[in-house]
Amino acid sequence: MSHGLQWQAGGNDGRMSIGFERVGESPVLTTLFALLYYVAFAIFAGGVAYRIWEYWNTPKPANIPTTPQPITRLGVAWRMFKEVVFFESLWKGNKWIWIFAQLFHASLWLILIRHARYFLDPVPTLVALAQPFGKYAGLTFVLGALGLLARRMFVPRVRYISSPSDYLMLLLFLGIGISGLSMTFVNHTDIVAVKAFMLGLMTFNWQPLPASLPLVVHLGLVALWMIIFPFSKLLHAPGIFFSPTRNMPDNPREKFHPVPWLPPVDQVEYDPPHGS
Amino acid sequence: MSELEKNPDTAAEELPPEALEDPLYFDPEPKEGAAAHIRSFPAAPEFQEALGYPGERPENWKEVVLDKMQDLRGKFRSFRLFLDICVKCGSCTDKCHYYMGTADPKNMPVGRQDLLRSVYRRYFTLPGKWFPSLVGARELTEEVLDEWYTYYFQCSECRRCSVYCPYGIDTAEITMAAREILDSVGVGMKYTNEIIGKVFKVGNNLGLPKPALESTLEDLEEEIEEDTGVKVRLPLDEPADILLVTPSADFFAEPHIDGLIGYAKVFHATGAKWTLSSYASEAANFAMFIGSYENMRRVALRIRKAAIDLGVKRIIIGECGHAWRAAYQFLNTLAGPFDFLDPNYPVPQHICEYTWDAIQQGKLRFNKEENDFYKMTFHDSCNVARASRMGDYPGGQFDIPRNIIKAVCNYYYDMPEGTIKEETLCCGGGGGLLTDDLMELRKKGGSPRMKALKHVAEEHGVNKMAAICAICKTQFSKIMPYFGFAMDDIMSVHQLVSNAIVLPGSIQEKELMEEEQEEKTPDAAE
Ligand code: SF4
Ligand code: SF4
Repeated sequence: MSHGLQWQAGGNDGRMSIGFERVGESPVLTTLFALLYYVAFAIFAGGVAYRIWEYWNTPKPANIPTTPQPITRLGVAWRMFKEVVFFESLWKGNKWIWIFAQLFHASLWLILIRHARYFLDPVPTLVALAQPFGKYAGLTFVLGALGLLARRMFVPRVRYISSPSDYLMLLLFLGIGISGLSMTFVNHTDIVAVKAFMLGLMTFNWQPLPASLPLVVHLGLVALWMIIFPFSKLLHAPGIFFSPTRNMPDNPREKFHPVPWLPPVDQVEYDPPHGS
Repeated sequence: MSELEKNPDTAAEELPPEALEDPLYFDPEPKEGAAAHIRSFPAAPEFQEALGYPGERPENWKEVVLDKMQDLRGKFRSFRLFLDICVKCGSCTDKCHYYMGTADPKNMPVGRQDLLRSVYRRYFTLPGKWFPSLVGARELTEEVLDEWYTYYFQCSECRRCSVYCPYGIDTAEITMAAREILDSVGVGMKYTNEIIGKVFKVGNNLGLPKPALESTLEDLEEEIEEDTGVKVRLPLDEPADILLVTPSADFFAEPHIDGLIGYAKVFHATGAKWTLSSYASEAANFAMFIGSYENMRRVALRIRKAAIDLGVKRIIIGECGHAWRAAYQFLNTLAGPFDFLDPNYPVPQHICEYTWDAIQQGKLRFNKEENDFYKMTFHDSCNVARASRMGDYPGGQFDIPRNIIKAVCNYYYDMPEGTIKEETLCCGGGGGLLTDDLMELRKKGGSPRMKALKHVAEEHGVNKMAAICAICKTQFSKIMPYFGFAMDDIMSVHQLVSNAIVLPGSIQEKELMEEEQEEKTPDAAE
């Protein structure tokens, strides 16, 4: 197969280099990361799809929006939009969390859009336009994560509800952010080669991965993030769309909404009147 | 000096001054175990069995608990999703009135959810099975069960937390599920479960049989006739167009009963043919509090049967918060469809919707001066505010009761922002906690609302608070004296209507006409 040949061509020195310099490519590293990414992506996509299928198929036996709630589907879509984009309820709840969460999530979006350039050839205009913002979004992303971490550590109520996994999750994001930033601002990585590697993964035509420590850390943590996604609170991202207190129109009087596991009302027995 | 200032366990710690004034004050340092000693009385076996639950905890209770969790996670998306997606952001942590009142972190909404989530994680998720200590998962033990009983009966299912959660996570849903799980292993609460049993047997929470209702209603008819000179009827089990289902507290408790008189006067003035039912003599549905759809349906079906038997065209619900939720969100779902009723009216309707319609149509005449002693404010009841609607637009549940009050009173002031409407604070006694064994919790949980009331009392001279909930009314008349108010500073909205309404042919109408005459001919009056 063709990639065997390319390994020979690319992995000229055949050893993994440790250090901030890009010293070369290693076939072992390339294989390892190629396989890791296939597995991570399968777990991520399959896992999230499975969760969505689960949520979709679990009944909402009654109409229980937190009111006031719009009456129409369109109105509900608008409320959901405000919730997803502007974090409306969080704004009502806590301004500090809101600021850090917005910083974190808005940056994440920009970063994701910017990273699309590694998967798309040619690079679409939107992605190209996001490039300068995406670069600095890395900094605000880390800032947001640090803010959230500080709250978790120093606000007693939030500290009380935090498990080790809640801290680790933020450390994971910080690790991803800082390793990514170091490649942009400290020690440039051969992004042309990274792009070739990514495109190669997608076309099953493997290309060598540049062996640089920040890149290995960065890609390793991102793969870890994809793997834990369907088993963790990261499910809040698809989950919010299924939240019954937010996604149902307020119409229990107008629309009959039977409980799926209770027999229909013409098959029930009534309690006898008192004294009979 | 109010109870708050006298309270030994708070006074000793020299709380900052804002603790006594800010309705939304909470202790920045959570105090673990501060409310652990507050426990309601458990239900006796016979009361458990009457609801279809085991009377005693079975040998294999752990298995039963886990099976029940498995069952609920297949039936309720709220349960499964809410346990999965909480990110522990902390937005809800200071929003529960029981946390504000007790500082116990297990009364923070997410803290309360975690009591169950930790067990759910341990048995139903991979990370919880593989790395329990990493994700805060724990074994199901006797102590855990005990803790569930304590803290899931310190939640009034008010949904305030849900308003501030970025995913709408409603701790009330988790509390309901937890109570259902506890009941499934014979661990129930005396107050809620005895009451549900009474409804199954007699038809109402108070266990008032038909003869008792009849004589109460007759007394009320006499009382109204004495006051107004008009024969206003309170029919029971008569064929009619409208079935009124009201909380049974309206038949005897103060100030509830004055509300019932108000409904009767409104029906009289609009010429409606209405009736109460002895079979469905209860709008409250405590089965909602324990999260049991089966029992909730059994109670709801009584309303359906009464509506069929009495041949009515409409169902109207009296003043009660959770009853309005049980009716608004659940009646159609559990006991519908109601296609045999008049399709021109929503099923069910709230008495406030009925009265406000009548006011808008000019069918009611008021003399607002009758309420001039009162400077009013309005307490939005949780379930009305956050789990229902009135009228045909979102938020009608806030406007309609206020509109009615303003139509019958000259002085009205709202309590501070952040404590009203969708952000309203619970009275402290909802969700099945209105029992004397939880008095300490009720006082502490009610304190934020009391502080908000104090605000308008000081600022605007407000001296009465109106509510449209039987539980709120009972709770406030009990706790208000601890906070420097009088027992009767809580009123029914329809009590205000009743005070101001001028019935055709009544003594009040004659007096008004005489006054008008005098005004028109000032010389003659001299
Ligand atoms: S539903 Fe109300 S009482 Fe229960 S946790 Fe939420 S805020 Fe507290
Ligand atoms: S606000 Fe919602 S997501 Fe945040 S901690 Fe509370 S329940 Fe969890």
